[in-house]
Amino acid sequence: MSGGARTQVGQLARRSVLRTLRQPAQIAPALVFPLFLLAVNTGGLKDATNLPGFPTDSYLTFALAVPFMQGALFSVMNSGTDLARDIETGFLNRLALTPLRGAALLSGLLAGSVVLGLIQAATYLAVGLIAGADLAAGAGGALVIVALSVTITVAFGTIGLFAALRTGSGEAVQGLFPLFFVVLFLSSMALPLDLLQTEWFHDIAAANPVSYLLGAFRSLLIEGWELDELALGFGIALAILAIGMVAASSALRTRLVRT
Amino acid sequence: MSPRPASGWTVARAVAWRSIHNFLSNPAFLAPGILFPLFFFVSFAGGLSAIGDVPGFGFPSGYTAFQFVFVLLQSAAFGGVFTGFGIARDFETGFARRYLLAASSRGGIVAGYTLAALARAAITWAVLTAVALVAGMQVDGGGLDVFGLYALAVAVNLAATMWAAGVAMRVRSIQGGPLMQFPVFLVLFLAPVYVPLDLLSGWIHTVASVNPATALLESGRGFISGQPELVALAFGCGLALAALFALWARGGLRRAEAAG
Repeated sequence: MSGGARTQVGQLARRSVLRTLRQPAQIAPALVFPLFLLAVNTGGLKDATNLPGFPTDSYLTFALAVPFMQGALFSVMNSGTDLARDIETGFLNRLALTPLRGAALLSGLLAGSVVLGLIQAATYLAVGLIAGADLAAGAGGALVIVALSVTITVAFGTIGLFAALRTGSGEAVQGLFPLFFVVLFLSSMALPLDLLQTEWFHDIAAANPVSYLLGAFRSLLIEGWELDELALGFGIALAILAIGMVAASSALRTRLVRT
Repeated sequence: MSPRPASGWTVARAVAWRSIHNFLSNPAFLAPGILFPLFFFVSFAGGLSAIGDVPGFGFPSGYTAFQFVFVLLQSAAFGGVFTGFGIARDFETGFARRYLLAASSRGGIVAGYTLAALARAAITWAVLTAVALVAGMQVDGGGLDVFGLYALAVAVNLAATMWAAGVAMRVRSIQGGPLMQFPVFLVLFLAPVYVPLDLLSGWIHTVASVNPATALLESGRGFISGQPELVALAFGCGLALAALFALWARGGLRRAEAAG
């Protein structure tokens, strides 16, 4: 990366991080809501561990994977809403008058997602372990969990950027939340794939990439170092990141031409 | 000769008609109210059906009916919350102030919103019930039991509408949305959502044991399985909450009147 590009990314990253940290209304729901659902689901579905074939005797350990995914959903909303606000206020148009490169803009905007992803991952993991969840992969596994969580958060953040650039509307980005919520629920979120008895639901969950992202977290929490599941999880996250960046770059070019 | 002032009923009908027309003619208002409960029903009944095999579960009508009752009562509550959003929007656009100026009976305004909330919930219930029956839901209760179940849902809808209306008329902005929504979400999910109360343990059992939503849920599940239980307690809780939040809504109306 050249010095100029580094400066561009650095300035925008700083702005993105500060903007995220200065908005408790963005951070608080992303921390509180997933932990609340974790507490409720762990209490309500504790007896699921009595089902034959359930992989652990701690539902908390099994469910601890879910907040990382819910946190990533908040990243879609936050990164998308921030960019949409820049479009609505005309800030993006002013940036378009500078020699700023598109890739620098997108990378800089994702810096806020990286910071939020780190805060989320550390909080979820700490709360989960304090509450009694197991971590079969040990301290090294904790680092990989944080790395996977941040990768997924940034990957989902690119989808938020794409939505903002396509629509130019914060309200439209917010409207994506239910859609992502549906994708999360139609996965192996509450029970392992093998225990999903309803055939059509099992088929949808088996085809849903979110099930394998959850599987990567669970492999570290429940089983230890399962390299196949980790590779699948990181592979899917990086694929989403690549597709999201290409789509967002294309949408950015279209928007800049339009303006 | 000055025209005779409209009665409370006339005001209520006019407000209800406008609110119903608004959400029926705008898919952005109608769709979430119908799609969210359907989505929860599909996710819970489809994705968690194995929970019905947990030792000690023993709900005679099956897991689909068990979850149907939760989603029915949830949709009743959210029918009220979404109407609260509409009230807040009316204040933001200034329309509610015109209501306050024009209506001789201001209680009729709240009554109108309440009727609209009920109509909204009834549409959702019709769709939800049809989908559940097509999905093979087992209903072991008789006609009177089914009537009891929907009567409980009406009480929940009334209570939630009064709560949301009270918030909306105090905050008078859609920014009060989370305040209307989150407590309802909290109360519903701190009840026995996935398994009966007996199978819960620890802090969630303690909280669920004193949560009025538990009585409503357990009674509703008793109705659908043809083994009514906690009927007096459930209706007592539902109507007491509705009465309590009606006072809250009346206070909100007074605040809105004072704000001008």
